[in-house]
Amino acid sequence: MARTLITVPPSARRGEVIEIRTLIQHPMETGYRPGADGKVLARDLIRRFSCRYDDGSGSQLVFAAELYAAVAANPLISFHTVATASGTLTFTWEGDNGFMQSESVAIKVT
Amino acid sequence: MTRGLPLLMALGIISLSAAAAEPRKSGFEYMSPATQAMQKDDTQNPAMLWVKDGEALWNKADGGAGKSCASCHGDAAASMRGVAARHPAFDAGSGRPVNLTERINLCRQNRQQAKPHPPEHPELLSLASFVALQSRGQPIAPYRDARMAPFFSRGEQLFRQRIGQLDLSCAQCHDNNAGKRLAGNPIPQAHPTGYPLYRLEWQGVGSLQRRIRNCMSGVRAEPFAFHSGEMAELETYLASRAAGMPLDAPAVRP
Amino acid sequence: MWLSLAAGLGAWVVLRPAAAQAPTEDLAAAIKTYTGGAAVREGRIRFDIAELIDNGNSVPITISVDSPMTAASHVTSIAVFNEKNPQRDVARFQLGPRAGRATVSTRIRLATTQQLVAIARLNDGSWWSQRVDVIVTLAACIED
Repeated sequence: MARTLITVPPSARRGEVIEIRTLIQHPMETGYRPGADGKVLARDLIRRFSCRYDDGSGSQLVFAAELYAAVAANPLISFHTVATASGTLTFTWEGDNGFMQSESVAIKVT
Repeated sequence: MTRGLPLLMALGIISLSAAAAEPRKSGFEYMSPATQAMQKDDTQNPAMLWVKDGEALWNKADGGAGKSCASCHGDAAASMRGVAARHPAFDAGSGRPVNLTERINLCRQNRQQAKPHPPEHPELLSLASFVALQSRGQPIAPYRDARMAPFFSRGEQLFRQRIGQLDLSCAQCHDNNAGKRLAGNPIPQAHPTGYPLYRLEWQGVGSLQRRIRNCMSGVRAEPFAFHSGEMAELETYLASRAAGMPLDAPAVRP
Repeated sequence: MWLSLAAGLGAWVVLRPAAAQAPTEDLAAAIKTYTGGAAVREGRIRFDIAELIDNGNSVPITISVDSPMTAASHVTSIAVFNEKNPQRDVARFQLGPRAGRATVSTRIRLATTQQLVAIARLNDGSWWSQRVDVIVTLAACIED
């Protein structure tokens, strides 16, 4: 389980556009870098990120990203979404070597 | 004069040099606005991932004694306040000053009956980052102990001696040429105010000793070994040289 | 002696405003594949990269597309391409009216001096782009 840091405003007004910031601990090994022994380190990347928002009317994909080797290690992804109603935001990261991680954060909308 | 400086001078631990006459600046001030922003915002600072790990480890039992750090030290925000700022500190058992990560390892060994972590181990760095965060804003106040004096002196000698194929001393860049640019990069004053820190070059968190080793490679010298006597001496000198400056760990550096 | 010193030390990145040259063939080909050869107009995108960057390992970028982000008019995707990294793709972002604002931020790797291009697609099928030129040199005091 990789460490994540997710920043969602503790509460929002209905219809407000909020910024969501996500950080995940991951080397994003490019597959181009030689290790100490001179041999190239195997590629190990997070390939896909998605955010689903379940506001009581079903879970909707509100943002997604495809990442490549040019994304820095410990990827930061920051995006926006409309606060529709209180519910749950689910963030999923998927990548090489079967990497798969999901985190859920509650969002309060007044 | 910064607080503590007169006492340290009376103990013969600090000597006035050309560097002390200049106002001292953290490496933070030499960075681009983008990197400064990365450090200042805890929601963006990649080192905070290590801090979060450290917090979890603080509360997790480890070793034969079945204790966590919290078992003895309770709430880190209270018990660890100022601790990072007071290291390196003399450890009688080791017969020399130890830095924060060495102290954590001593606790693991002696109190938790747990294996000490090797240098730069992710759990060691995470714990050190979490503990150092509890001293954020605190002035660096190296432990006032006459037993530290010989280590301070040897550390100062190491700082001033020319090393490597490029035949440069730390002092030549970081005392005499701080603020100037070398091949486009600003030369900082080399105060250890932000450690452990996220170095963009490492794409991860690392210790002061790792950074010193990088500097030594930079001048084509054989780097001192991790947790060596020379490192203890250098760290002791650097902490005294930075005495009074606020700790801003965990920092971000290029 | 100073040349070898420079090889061991020193890194800075400077942004030049995008009075950019045409991208290299490789980059143009990658963009063409992505857009399916559709017409791409310059504009509507703000590509923020710091003017002075300390290290090519982690370069913050923010891409903003001018759009009301309504059901009727919104950005569906933003893609970033580079000129001289080992691979052209940097990232592709999928948006929609639920995004509220077409602004995304991340941190990227830049291997060397090169051009970056952001391409945005709107729900009306139109394509927009913005280019920036970046200068990168070696990092300071590295491990070996």
